[in-house]
Amino acid sequence: MTQGIYLDNNATTMVAPEVVEAMLPFLTEQFGNPSSLHQYGNKVGLALKKARAQVQALLGAEHESEIIFTSCGTESDSTAILSALAAQPGRKEIITTVVEHPAVLTLCEHLEKEGYTVHYLKVDAKGRLDMGAYMDLLSNRVAIVSVMWANNESGTLFPVEEMAELARSAGVMFHTDAVQTVGKVPIDLKETAIDMLSLSGHKLHAPKGIGVLYLRRGTRFRPLLRGGHQERGRRAGTENSASIVALGQACEMAQRHMDYEKTFVRALRDRLEQGILATVPHCFVTGDPGNRLPNTCNIAFEYIEGEAILLLLNKQGIAASSGSACTSGSLEPSHVMRAMGIPFTAAHGTVRFSLSRYNTSDEIERVIVAVPLIVAQLRKLSPYWGENGPVEEPEKAFAPAYA
Amino acid sequence: MWDYSEKVQDHFFNPRNAGAVAGANAIGDVGSLSCGDALRLSLKVDSDSETILEAGFQTFGCGSAIASSSALTEIIKGMTLEDALKVSNQDIADYLDGLPPEKMHCSVMGREALQAAVANYRGEVWKDDHEEGALICKCFAVDAVLIEDTIRANGLSTVEEVTNYTKAGGGCSACHEGIEEILTRVLAEQGRTFDPTASAPAPKKKKLGTLERVRRIETAIAAIRPNLQRDHGDVELVEIDGKNVYVNMTGAGACSGCQMAATTLDGIQQRIVEDLGEFVRVLPGSAL
Repeated sequence: MTQGIYLDNNATTMVAPEVVEAMLPFLTEQFGNPSSLHQYGNKVGLALKKARAQVQALLGAEHESEIIFTSCGTESDSTAILSALAAQPGRKEIITTVVEHPAVLTLCEHLEKEGYTVHYLKVDAKGRLDMGAYMDLLSNRVAIVSVMWANNESGTLFPVEEMAELARSAGVMFHTDAVQTVGKVPIDLKETAIDMLSLSGHKLHAPKGIGVLYLRRGTRFRPLLRGGHQERGRRAGTENSASIVALGQACEMAQRHMDYEKTFVRALRDRLEQGILATVPHCFVTGDPGNRLPNTCNIAFEYIEGEAILLLLNKQGIAASSGSACTSGSLEPSHVMRAMGIPFTAAHGTVRFSLSRYNTSDEIERVIVAVPLIVAQLRKLSPYWGENGPVEEPEKAFAPAYA
Repeated sequence: MWDYSEKVQDHFFNPRNAGAVAGANAIGDVGSLSCGDALRLSLKVDSDSETILEAGFQTFGCGSAIASSSALTEIIKGMTLEDALKVSNQDIADYLDGLPPEKMHCSVMGREALQAAVANYRGEVWKDDHEEGALICKCFAVDAVLIEDTIRANGLSTVEEVTNYTKAGGGCSACHEGIEEILTRVLAEQGRTFDPTASAPAPKKKKLGTLERVRRIETAIAAIRPNLQRDHGDVELVEIDGKNVYVNMTGAGACSGCQMAATTLDGIQQRIVEDLGEFVRVLPGSAL
C-alpha cells in the first residue's frame, strides 16, 4: 500500500512521523507513572503538562485544567452528555441533531429507553439546521444540547458558536462533538459559550486511543469513571502518557499547518471536486458546499452503489469511503444522506473523499483520471443505465419488487 | 471491510454475463429492502425444452450483489426452468465459496430474481412472501422479522428459547441485548412483561415408555430408508443402548463406505431426534 492514495482522513489519519518520534520514548525509557514522585514519574508528569498546554493552545481554552484526556471521542461524548444528566437530575430533555455521529445518536436512543426525551433537530436538503426550531426547544427542562461542529460525511459546518450563545442565554449546557473540526478549522473556545467539546487524536495525525474532553471552568460535572485522582478526579485511570504526548505534538503541528489547511488542502479538494464533476455525468456534491470543512468532498454518483465504487478504487490503491448501506456493518444506508433527502438511487452511490496535508496534487490528478472510468464501468452493469445515459424515467423503467 | 472470498472478488472484478440479453423472453426485477440493492435478470428460454439458453444480469448494488448475480447466471445457464428453480440462495453462496452473513441477502435477491423471471416467462405475477428485517444475529444471519415471527408463533419468552428455535444468539452472544429488546417489544404487545431471569419452560412431554421409544426409532428409520434405497443404500437398526442408537449402513450405494456415510448418520440422527423429542446419538453398528 506504499503506492496508495489515502483520501479517507475523516475516518482516520496517518500518524505524523514527528508524532511517532515524540511518543516513542514514553513506550521505552520514559515508562514511569506520572503520579509517582521519583525521577521515573516526574519526567512523564512534565511531558503531560506540556502536552496539555499544546492542546489548550490549539483549542484556545482559557485554562489548562479545562483539558481532560480520555480514551477517544466516543468516551468524551458519553462523558459530556451523561455528566449533564447526572448533574441536573431535574432536567430530562436533550437536544441534538439527526445527523450526529453514532457516538451521540446511539447514546441518545439508549437514553430515550431510560425515560429521557430527546429532540432531534432536522436538516434541510443541504444539511443545514433550522435555528428557529432550535430556539423553540430551548427550555429549563433541557439538560444539554449536543451538536456536532462539522458533519463527518458531508463536512457541513453547524453554527455551534451561535447555538452555544443561544443555549447559554436559555441557561442550558452546550456540548459539541468537534472530532472532525479540531485541527482543520481555527477554534478559540475562550471566546465562545461552548461548555464542553470532544476531540479525537487519530483524526489529526495522533494515534488511536486518545481523546480530549474540553470542560469549561465552572461547568457542573460528574465523572464517567471514578477512581484515582488523575485528571483532577474527573477521569480516573492511569494516563496513556505516550499517546497524550503524541496528541500534544499533533496539536502543535495542526496549529502550525492551519493556514496550509485553509489554502492548499482546500485548493486540492476543490480541484478534485471540479475535476470529477467536469468529467462524470449525473453526479453532484452533497451537503452545503459553501460552508464545510476544507478537506472534505462528498459526491453522489447516481445509479450505482458505493461499495462497488470503493472496491474498484481500492484496486487502484485509492482509499475513500461511502455512505452506502453495504459499506456499514449494519447495512443501514447513511442516516446523514437520508436526513438530507438525497434520492435513494444517489444516496447509495455517495463517496466521501477526505484529504489531509499529506496529499499531493499529483495524487489528486490520478484520482481525477481514475474515477470516471470506474463510474462508467459500474453504470454499464446498472439496470438504471442505458447506452449513453440513464434510461428514460429510470424509476419507472426499472421498478423492482422489493422484499 | 468485508472478508470476500477469492471467488466473490473474481466475479465482482470480472462479472460474467453482465448486461441485458438480447431477445430475452423472461425478465425478473427484484430488490432488497434491507440494503436497497436491486437486480434485473433477463433470460432467453427455449420454448420447446424450457431450457435457459442465455442469462444476463444488471445490478444496482454492492460487490457481493454483483458477484451473486454473476454466479447465478453461470449456474442456471443450460438448466431447464424446473431445475433452475431448485437453485437455492445457499447454492449461490456455495458457488462463491461463501458470503459474509450480512451479505447473504444478496444471494436471496438472486434466487428471487430467478423466480420472478420464471413467473414472467409463464405469464404469472410473482409475489414475494419473504420479509427481511434488520440483521440481529451476525453469527447465524438471523434477522429481526424472523425472530419476531418465531416468538409470536411459538409463544417464546426467553433468549434461550429464541436461540433454540432460530439459532439467533447461539454464537458469540453479542446480540442478546438486541434479542431481549425484541422479546420486550413482542411480549408487551401481548400484555406480558419480559423477565430476563425466567428460564425456558421445560418441554411438556411425558417420558416415553421403552416400547414406545423403540417403535418411534424404528418408524423414523423406516421413513428414511426409501431415500437411501434410491441411492442403492440401506440402513437397519442394530441396537438401542440408552442414548446410543446403533445402525448398520448396508448396500453398495453411494453413501456407504465413503465420507458421505458420516453425513448420512448425522441425517438419520437428526430425524430420530426430531421424531423422538430427545437427544440420541446415532452410531455405526461397528462401534458396538
